[in-house]
Amino acid sequence: MTNAAVQVEGQQPSLHIHLHEALASGVSHAKGQQHPITLYLVVWGWLFVLSTCSYLVDYFGLHGYLRWSLILLFMVLKAGLIVAVFMHMAWERLALAYAILLPPVLVLVFVAIMVFESDYTHLIRVISFGSPT
Amino acid sequence: MAETALTDTVASTTRPAGLRGIAADWSSDQRAFKNVSWGKAMMWIFLLSDTFIFSCFLLSYMTARMSTTVPWPNPSEVFALTIGDKKIPLILIAIMTFVLISSSGTMAMAVNFGYRRDRAKTAALMLATAAFGATFVGMQAFEWTKLIMEGVRPWGNPWGAAQFGSSFFMITGFHGTHVTIGVIFLIAIARKVWRGDFDVERRGFFTSRKGYYEIVEITGLYWHFVDLVWVFIFAFFYLW
Repeated sequence: MTNAAVQVEGQQPSLHIHLHEALASGVSHAKGQQHPITLYLVVWGWLFVLSTCSYLVDYFGLHGYLRWSLILLFMVLKAGLIVAVFMHMAWERLALAYAILLPPVLVLVFVAIMVFESDYTHLIRVISFGSPT
Repeated sequence: MAETALTDTVASTTRPAGLRGIAADWSSDQRAFKNVSWGKAMMWIFLLSDTFIFSCFLLSYMTARMSTTVPWPNPSEVFALTIGDKKIPLILIAIMTFVLISSSGTMAMAVNFGYRRDRAKTAALMLATAAFGATFVGMQAFEWTKLIMEGVRPWGNPWGAAQFGSSFFMITGFHGTHVTIGVIFLIAIARKVWRGDFDVERRGFFTSRKGYYEIVEITGLYWHFVDLVWVFIFAFFYLW
């Protein structure tokens, strides 16, 4: 290992320096996440548009599955833009992205459990107190 | 010794793409997040745990709303405001949403200018973010006051299911607390940026560690998360 390093140093000093620079930026994040300002402005604009859309769903009083699917669609798009661009998850290593983004997906299992649970509670309440809605 | 450790880090940052790369990063006794500093990794892990807390709140709200036999109050009417002589549904919440999104935009730009070592712009944008956040909390205080005056309590309200009040105060209260802490966090870091702490690598009074401009990005992560949680609260509590 040491021999290899020495050889690299002897043959290509520029490569060695380059590696050290890459290391320094990796450890201390001197360069960090650098992206053009226009990207942020475009995402910002889209967030405004999507928020307006989701507000209009309520303003026009849409109902039923159309309302719920539109709310979920705009919500997921907004959340995705914020996490991917503003929180820079799109440029992070996959190991970090998966470690952070996969566990919340498992909450959906919890959601399913509680849907069954609340259906059951509702049924018992209707049977016992007799005031269905 | 130190050289070996460094070489190892270089070798280990080049991995195959996709799932094989993830497995290689996670397997054996080593540092899992190769090019991510401990500060950023810990903020992400904290945010993950916070995600679970807010998930539990929204889940308990869902359970209460699905299992009650009493009609749920219509948020569109509850949060309507009369401006002029027109009653506009949910308008205050819409304005709060736009305020928070604006603050996310200024925060993203602050991170960018931070890495360009532009002290004045970074501090100014962080303070603008904090101002938007304070505005948001102020509007939330107004909303709480209005609802309490109208008779909403954690144990009941004039329009329907009693759980409406407890869900509302719990979820928005916890989110408002997060925003308030974020504002304090932003002001503290903005002060350090303005003073040039990260240019001279001055040591923190509490941790005695050198600060870097990366703390602006870490603060930003927290702030964007607060905005992210609001996206879900807005969708599930106010619009559903």
